[in-house]
Amino acid sequence: MFRRATTLLRQPLMGATSRRFSTDLPAAPVEDSTFVEAWKKVSPNVEAPKTPLAYMKPRPATPTSLPSKLTVNFVLPYASELSAKEVDMVIVPATTGQMGVLPGHVATIAELKPGVLSVHEGNDVTKYFISSGFAFIHANSVADIIAVEAVPVDRIDVNLVQKGLQEFTQKLNSATTDLEKAEAQIGVDVHSALNSALTG
Amino acid sequence: MASAGGAAPFWRAAGMTYITYTNICANLVRNCLKEPFKAEAMSREKVHFSLSKWVDGKPEKPTIRSEGSEH
Repeated sequence: MFRRATTLLRQPLMGATSRRFSTDLPAAPVEDSTFVEAWKKVSPNVEAPKTPLAYMKPRPATPTSLPSKLTVNFVLPYASELSAKEVDMVIVPATTGQMGVLPGHVATIAELKPGVLSVHEGNDVTKYFISSGFAFIHANSVADIIAVEAVPVDRIDVNLVQKGLQEFTQKLNSATTDLEKAEAQIGVDVHSALNSALTG
Repeated sequence: MASAGGAAPFWRAAGMTYITYTNICANLVRNCLKEPFKAEAMSREKVHFSLSKWVDGKPEKPTIRSEGSEH
């Protein structure tokens, strides 16, 4: 789905009239000005109702100088693990390898593989094992990390991981159809990542 | 991520969608948790939905699917 996103970002702008990057945008408006003006023309005496935009927190502006902290939103389908937390750095397990994100990082969309997400704040490091997901890094130093399942590394049971790894390695060898091979491969990948998370 | 529209990831080449892939990953991770957390996580795995096919603008009898793990 997002496979072409990085190629699109890397291509030079095809003329100034094409879509501008979010680096050029100021903070998102709190009010929909065209709607308010149109309302005033029709009924100048009644105050315009608020649109959903007025209730939302505006997107922070892209600062011209490098911000000192990264704002991280780490969400799961059932809980919001970190919400607008200011940190120094996060290391995300992207499919292309461990990616460190500092404040002022270029806007990126990264697909995540099963692996360890570490959040660095001063001298504290919090590590979570993520099952897979995406990381959206915006030009205004806000990082949105979404995953289906994430657990602190100390909640993983090493025996179950070893058992699972053996089981799936066996399944991979005995798999026949493409789908079975893919499922077994996924099992091997996830369990090896869990293993390295426990040892590394 | 494979750029320039190159080789798809192995699961997509085998006909699996991203959602299926990510749900399988999540289930595998949940199965490897230590005890009290595992029980809580198992409750998150349950899906419960009712499916009905529509024929001629009218819904047929719905089937209820209530399962503990993927598919």
